[in-house]
Amino acid sequence: MVNIMDIPEEEYIYPGTRACAGCSMALIYRIALKALGPKTIITVPASCLTVLHGMQGFCTTKVSVLHTPFATTGASASGIVASLEDKGLDQDINVVAFAGDGGTVDIGIQSLSGAVERGTNFIYACYDNEAYMNTGVQRSGSTPPGAFSTTTPGGKIGSKKNMPKIMEAHGIPYVATAIASYPLDIYEKFSRAKNIYGPKYIHILAPCPPGWGYLPRRSIEIGRLAVQTGFWPLYEVFEGKFTLSRDSKKFLDSSKRKPIEEYVKAQKRFNSLSQEQIDNYKAYITDLWAGIESRIKED
Amino acid sequence: MTLINNVVEETKKESRILTGNYAAAHALRQVKVGVVAAYPITPQSPVVEKIAEFINDGKMNARFVKVESEHSALAVCVAASATGSRVGTATSSHGLELMYEMLPWTAGNRLPIIINLATRSLGAPWSVWTDHSDFITIRDVGWIQFMCEDNQEIYDTNIQAFKIAEDRRVNLPAIVAYDGYILSHTMMPVMLEDQKEVDKFLPPLKHHINLSDVSQVKGIDPVTTPHIRDRGSEGIVPGYFEYRYALQKALENSIEIIQEVHDDFANKFGRSYGNGLFKKVEFDDADIIILAMGSVASQSRVVLKKLREKGLKVGLVSLKLFRPYPAKLLRELLKDKKTIVVFDRDIGYGYEGVLCYELKSALYGLKENPFIKGFIVGLGGRDITNEQLIEGVTRALDQEKTGEISQTTEFLGLKLKELSDYDEATFFKEAK
Repeated sequence: MVNIMDIPEEEYIYPGTRACAGCSMALIYRIALKALGPKTIITVPASCLTVLHGMQGFCTTKVSVLHTPFATTGASASGIVASLEDKGLDQDINVVAFAGDGGTVDIGIQSLSGAVERGTNFIYACYDNEAYMNTGVQRSGSTPPGAFSTTTPGGKIGSKKNMPKIMEAHGIPYVATAIASYPLDIYEKFSRAKNIYGPKYIHILAPCPPGWGYLPRRSIEIGRLAVQTGFWPLYEVFEGKFTLSRDSKKFLDSSKRKPIEEYVKAQKRFNSLSQEQIDNYKAYITDLWAGIESRIKED
Repeated sequence: MTLINNVVEETKKESRILTGNYAAAHALRQVKVGVVAAYPITPQSPVVEKIAEFINDGKMNARFVKVESEHSALAVCVAASATGSRVGTATSSHGLELMYEMLPWTAGNRLPIIINLATRSLGAPWSVWTDHSDFITIRDVGWIQFMCEDNQEIYDTNIQAFKIAEDRRVNLPAIVAYDGYILSHTMMPVMLEDQKEVDKFLPPLKHHINLSDVSQVKGIDPVTTPHIRDRGSEGIVPGYFEYRYALQKALENSIEIIQEVHDDFANKFGRSYGNGLFKKVEFDDADIIILAMGSVASQSRVVLKKLREKGLKVGLVSLKLFRPYPAKLLRELLKDKKTIVVFDRDIGYGYEGVLCYELKSALYGLKENPFIKGFIVGLGGRDITNEQLIEGVTRALDQEKTGEISQTTEFLGLKLKELSDYDEATFFKEAK
């Protein structure tokens, strides 16, 4: 088990990026790069991470980054991997795609699905801030029901796409969920993923102060509430075997879970949730954990 | 997992009977592309089927990424090229249109990727047969564009295209086009060159971008501002405007390098295609010139003799390089000709044939302009007959003589009369 002393001091992102104050994606990226190390090539579509990477003429990271059009992240990673194989360098270099939720569950889902189906040896990391935050908070397929966005002023109708499950259905060797509030868990998962051959998918919830409507200093706290209420379980599926991660284990016991109200009421985007919608969230969490429980028993 | 490199069979110089698609596949094998990414589409598919077979049989070492769409195909090519591999692919029609977003991206990155295009019309209505609509839609995105007339030319142009694209003075992607079915599926003798000679002509790629060298950290394609920016110790950084100016200049300058590479190839392998930009047939004594491309130029070659038998001094210019458009050289070439008849197997909808209006623009401002008349032929694979081409030349000469110049875009080979009994033929009636 990783402890804080195991995380390298070396930073791979230079200070003074263009990310917003309290941006949890920046934290996720920082920890992930520490786990991946210097022999890494990143590919990134249009997203908040493009903003973090800054302007022409300067590389914000100590690893190379290839920016690519919105729909192409999986394909871009495939191209890098194919070229490294062509040069016999694929064993030495990690290829990592880093995309937001819109770039992953919406416009990028086809090229991602193709890349993982082909067995491409890469890590795909989706940082999920649950809307198109870079373009000004429009709803995505990953926006949770009832949440405000600029294109769902009355709250989103529909569901939040379960992308980790979709990736699992591709039969890939490694799928994991994580959240910015538990950096050791992120570090552990990226460290594990980089030593597995084949497609790896890590879906990381990324609380977003301007998009979710809370003060920047509360990002970690909001993320913890997502885990503590049971809304966002942290887990891994390695070679088909499901493991609940350390920070989520105790919430198998429903009495340990905080009420979902604590999570939704801390965010302005949920201001218009009705009691019925809150009850739907409760039912969703109950079902989610019933599924987890039976899965643990099966395995 | 690194695949173990198979021993590649070295090709000896040998004449083979090949379709256009297989000629393209052999060229991609012999230039030793490291990565191919492609998606099936008619009539291109046999190119990549053949490549899959070469790889399977140990005759080729490339990584073939069998993507889930053409959009991804070119995205894979872009990333693989930026990682430092030699990259080629093939597509047609809607495949090229689906790649569209990635085309200016490739050119802007100055990546020397080669696409083989078996031309095909664009739907709707659905058609799998040739015209040059797909080819002309990408004329403004910064690619070098070649059109071929026979299968040997497809093979030779591919080898030249890689050398041109990878030249440090160029660094641009290129597309090698040939008519779907007419060349893609027709067998002709093709001389395959000795592998050692191809290797000498085209040395291994030394790329200006190479992500695989992780000691050189690069941030490729971040947001680029409208203005130049002073970044202190890092110096002054170009704005988007400067990048795009450089792209335009590279295209303009490439015309000279395209000729240079063509001549070099001709000296070495003994086959030439005009000056590498266009081919002249029965040109010098002609006062009437047909300008056409690909299959239309091939068909025009046949009618030259028939027209000359009628006493008309007709010659042909077959355009090989469509982008960058060799405007200056065409102007110099055609300025003293009396009449030019342009046959377009494409149309800039709402205006006229693209070759026609581009030629008019290239000749603008001469003291005495040749009379230029354009016709649309052979869209969606409609057969182009000698009669149509002869009619075109005759109609052009009539209009020139009478001064009654038709302002409407004229199609040759239409069968509207035969449609009079077709129910729901409203738009055909309106069209009359």
